[in-house]
Amino acid sequence: MTDFLTIDWPTAAVFVPLAGAILAFAWPRQAAALGIGTVLLTGLVVAVLVLQVLAEGAVVTRLGNWGAPLGIDLRADGLSVVLLAMTAGVGLFVSLGALDSFSPARASERMRRYFWPLWLLLLTGLNGAYLSTDVFNLYVMLEVIALAAVGLTVLSGRVDAVRAGHEYMCASILGALLFLLGVGFIYLDLGRLDFVGLMAAEPSPALIAALALMVAGMALKTALFPLHVWLPQAHANATAPASALLSGLVVKVSLYIVLRLAQYMVPPSELMVTLIGAMGAGAILWGSIQALRAERLKLLVAWSTVAQIGLIFVAFARSGAAGTAESWKTAALLMLAHGVAKAAMFLAAGRIKDEVGHDRIRDLDRSPIRPTLAQFTFAAAAISLIGLPPSLGFAGKWLLMEGAMEGGYWHWVAVTMAGTLLSVAYFSRVLVSFLRFDRLRAPVGEHQGWALADAAPLTLALSALALGLLAAPILTVMGIGYPFGGAP
Amino acid sequence: MNTGLIFGMTGLAVFAIGLFGALVLVEPLRRVLALKLCSVGAGFLLVVAAWREPPAMADPVPHALVITGIVVMISATAVALVLIRRLHTLESNSDD
Repeated sequence: MTDFLTIDWPTAAVFVPLAGAILAFAWPRQAAALGIGTVLLTGLVVAVLVLQVLAEGAVVTRLGNWGAPLGIDLRADGLSVVLLAMTAGVGLFVSLGALDSFSPARASERMRRYFWPLWLLLLTGLNGAYLSTDVFNLYVMLEVIALAAVGLTVLSGRVDAVRAGHEYMCASILGALLFLLGVGFIYLDLGRLDFVGLMAAEPSPALIAALALMVAGMALKTALFPLHVWLPQAHANATAPASALLSGLVVKVSLYIVLRLAQYMVPPSELMVTLIGAMGAGAILWGSIQALRAERLKLLVAWSTVAQIGLIFVAFARSGAAGTAESWKTAALLMLAHGVAKAAMFLAAGRIKDEVGHDRIRDLDRSPIRPTLAQFTFAAAAISLIGLPPSLGFAGKWLLMEGAMEGGYWHWVAVTMAGTLLSVAYFSRVLVSFLRFDRLRAPVGEHQGWALADAAPLTLALSALALGLLAAPILTVMGIGYPFGGAP
Repeated sequence: MNTGLIFGMTGLAVFAIGLFGALVLVEPLRRVLALKLCSVGAGFLLVVAAWREPPAMADPVPHALVITGIVVMISATAVALVLIRRLHTLESNSDD
């Protein structure tokens, strides 16, 4: 027990990647080694933090011993550590995949040089956001994440990527400023910005307006329909590891903040929850329709992210305002499922594009090259995203529908079913072309495209399937330290 | 309170103008400027939150927040401007 106390683990989880980012920027020749080393070290720190939370409950650090209203507190509870662990795990495997994508043979000097500092900076922001306990700190972390994420989007330097990156930047800034305006409202009303103060506050018009502004800003940042327009191009045009990070990890932060705000601010009204659910339903339908129409593999995967984000919001709204005390766990479980599976899928899509030479879905079945392992990975990730047992996606959807039925909200069950059917349809477009050989004019090469680079996405996809078996313990861990109560 | 209300409403109005611009304008540079206007509006509101009746000292915390916000916004604007320049170069090259 005493080892836990010698090092301040929450602080380390933020500052280790920050130090790594600075070192990788200052020493570009060793960027890849420094990057992998830092990600491993951060993973180790997060693992200890998880053990500490399991043993002692929520962990609080008062930076500089200032204390809550004025100083910055870091707090790791169940939900935080689950998301920190997802970030560390997905981040590690994406980094291993990136070693191949950004090898000297495949990537330009500039991409190899800047990927690692940007990714480590992103990791800093992600960890910082999951540990923050006041809304202004969250705003700053959001901006750190946004700057790093835009950098990753435009890394390839192609004109499509830069255009998409600019759109992303504008959406991101606007989302953050809506959040900042909400922060201003809260300060005007309460004179403090920490979660403890927010929980103790009486509901007032200013706080309701602040909640609405902040949720709107986060909806823009997480690309909730109809504010999703920036996402598909940004995620589809980035390089494969960057897409995996953007789709798997970055959109989760704004979702996490929505869950936190719903816990700590004035309880959301029935109207607001219904509106969130309706926007989620719109995202499921529109995202799926666009995924059915997409001509390129990566664009299809990006549109499926829009649909899946909609599903997570539906999960949050599944049993009305009264049910949000429980439904946030379902939403968090689906976030986890999507994070792991979508990162695997984007990495696999990148591998398929590398091996086949293009990612036009129509011509995939004409290719004599079949990167078998990458295709298998894609299929395994699709199984989790569709929600077949025993995947984590299945567990999440089960909880969603169970809760909706108990609350009598049958329309959310219908929306979920429709979304599942549509996801089968759009992923089948790709899977069918993997399995068709009759349109081929040349002999198929045996076992083509088996490479060590497939190991990282394959592991991620298989863990998305297997984690479903651990859904119950994960839900228990998420409950640690909830509700916020008086911080120890 | 009255002064605070007037300034607060002004901040909100500036934010609303910026929001309208960010949503409606097409040209990249104008959109970035609209976003700057939004940030000024939000900062204005925080400064209003610091204001106290003259004998009392102003609350320093919102000032610190506004300064942080300004620093963040400078970096974000710089990135947005670099992207616009880069886009301009790439697009004019591809026309040749």
